[in-house]
Amino acid sequence: MSARRPPWGRLGALLGYVAVFIALPVLALGVAALRDPAAWLRALVAPEAVSAIVLTVVITLAAALIGVIAGTAGGLVLVRAPLPGRRLLDAVVDLPLALSPVMIGLAFLLLVGRGGTLRPLLDAVGLEIAFAPLGVLVGTLFVTLPFTVREVAVVLEAIGTSEEEAAATLGARPGQIFWLVTLPNLRHALLGGALLTVARSLGEFGAVLVLGGAIAGRTSTATTHIHLAIESRDMPGAIGVSVLLAAASIAVVGLLRRPGSH
Amino acid sequence: MGIRVVDVRRRFGQTEALRGVSLEVADGELVALLGPSGGGKSTLLRVIAGLEPADAGEVWLHGRRVDHLDPQARGIGFVFQHYALFRHLSVAENIAFGLRVRGVASGPRRARAEALLDRVGLHGLGDRLPHELSGGQRQRVALARAMAPEPRLLLLDEPFGAVDAKVREELRRWLRALHEDLHTTTLFVTHDQEEAFAVADRVVILRDGQIEQAGAPVEILDAPATEFVSRFVGDVSPLEGEVRGGAVALGGLTVAAPGYPDGAGVRVVVRAYDLKLWRDEAGAARARRLVPLGDRVRVEVALEGGRSLMVLLPRRSSLLAGVEPGAPLALEATRAWIWPLDPAAAPGAQP
Repeated sequence: MSARRPPWGRLGALLGYVAVFIALPVLALGVAALRDPAAWLRALVAPEAVSAIVLTVVITLAAALIGVIAGTAGGLVLVRAPLPGRRLLDAVVDLPLALSPVMIGLAFLLLVGRGGTLRPLLDAVGLEIAFAPLGVLVGTLFVTLPFTVREVAVVLEAIGTSEEEAAATLGARPGQIFWLVTLPNLRHALLGGALLTVARSLGEFGAVLVLGGAIAGRTSTATTHIHLAIESRDMPGAIGVSVLLAAASIAVVGLLRRPGSH
Repeated sequence: MGIRVVDVRRRFGQTEALRGVSLEVADGELVALLGPSGGGKSTLLRVIAGLEPADAGEVWLHGRRVDHLDPQARGIGFVFQHYALFRHLSVAENIAFGLRVRGVASGPRRARAEALLDRVGLHGLGDRLPHELSGGQRQRVALARAMAPEPRLLLLDEPFGAVDAKVREELRRWLRALHEDLHTTTLFVTHDQEEAFAVADRVVILRDGQIEQAGAPVEILDAPATEFVSRFVGDVSPLEGEVRGGAVALGGLTVAAPGYPDGAGVRVVVRAYDLKLWRDEAGAARARRLVPLGDRVRVEVALEGGRSLMVLLPRRSSLLAGVEPGAPLALEATRAWIWPLDPAAAPGAQP
């Protein structure tokens, strides 16, 4: 019998992947950040950077909150409603994850931009979407809603309806069944979906750039701010926001990996 | 009357799950719905509970028509095969759920949950989560939960189907004892005939969405109303033969068939424990194998002509003297049922 040897080949491939795609780029950002911390800290408190960071935080929290509500409703409809063509709908739900966000941004722009089909309606109610903060939210929601809907749908499929039936035989009204049985069973799915939504919202670029227009101080987000800074050769400005984004992303991954969540 | 079901029908696509079922359960009675899988037992139970709508027919509970009512309003307790406990709530919170949704304050709620925990033999486990309990314990919690709001009617869907044999035996005795204490009208579904006969006052046999027979266990066992019931109940060997001179010869076993004309094709249904055998050098049948089963022994017998049947005898029976594989045997049926192969040719008389 031969002793078991570590699988050197596979281990090497894994280490190579981690080094090339994760460790080295992050290290490069860290080194650049450490070279002149004062410069990027100063850039970070510039009004335009602050406005971009605040918008990203607001959009991210709004997307997570709307995702939790819409995900619960959407998941329930997808799994429980007696719909014809449910399988088609099921596939369509995931579509935004596969579509290019830039293309989606353009498509929305054609709807709500100048001369867009929905423009008269939006003007009538006084809503501005194109090149406005609301456009940033719409773009973000489009690419993030599938996360919560999918997480909820998978869990609903897995747990079935017997607990709800039990609650009904015990005298619970529909509202009580939802709050006391259905929703508590979805809490892990909603937390997971919300964290994925946060991660994606922090990093979304294409849809918010096209639909929001990256107007400094108004619709520029963390990612579009970095993009604008690079374009204007403002490296401290780009590095500052990048370090912040990297820290936030690592925190989200940490929460997703927390024992007890899935 | 505890439950009155009148001509209930339910169809799922092409399948008719219930084809006009009528059933009555008296107040305080414990009745088993017995039948093969897919026979409509669970569907009937769910229609009575209001978890499944009926396409036609009436459901009355304690003199009140309830077809149009939601499960919430029917005053029932329901126990599911796979427990359906609320996984995020403790055992005590599960039991108290029916009181909580009725607005009972937390103090009395807790007290009632504790009392029920004692009652089902799970004292001190109130703070556990369902997944920390064994299958048998979970089913007791499910029963305590269903009993907590003091329903007038208890419905159980294969309540002991998911626990192992020994625990099942214990739970059956315990359910029977509980019923003798509380006298709640109870209807339970099972595919296990031993369970039905051990627990119920009355057994209703359901097949293909129709009731084959309803009666006390002894009636079902000793006076099966249909060929299906005679074959479904007990360990039976159905054998086909032809009547000659008022009897059917089956290659070593002869069974009287009074009332049948010569040449009539019949099916003989005989239970393993209604047969006797002994060693007889002139016998046409042969012992093939002896299987000891605790206090009984099952003898597999080869009849002349290639057919076989099972005989169940007490292990210490003197009839077994000299019975060994290959031994020639004489056979006698103490009780058998004869059914015509062609129902149109049925005579008035049977056994």
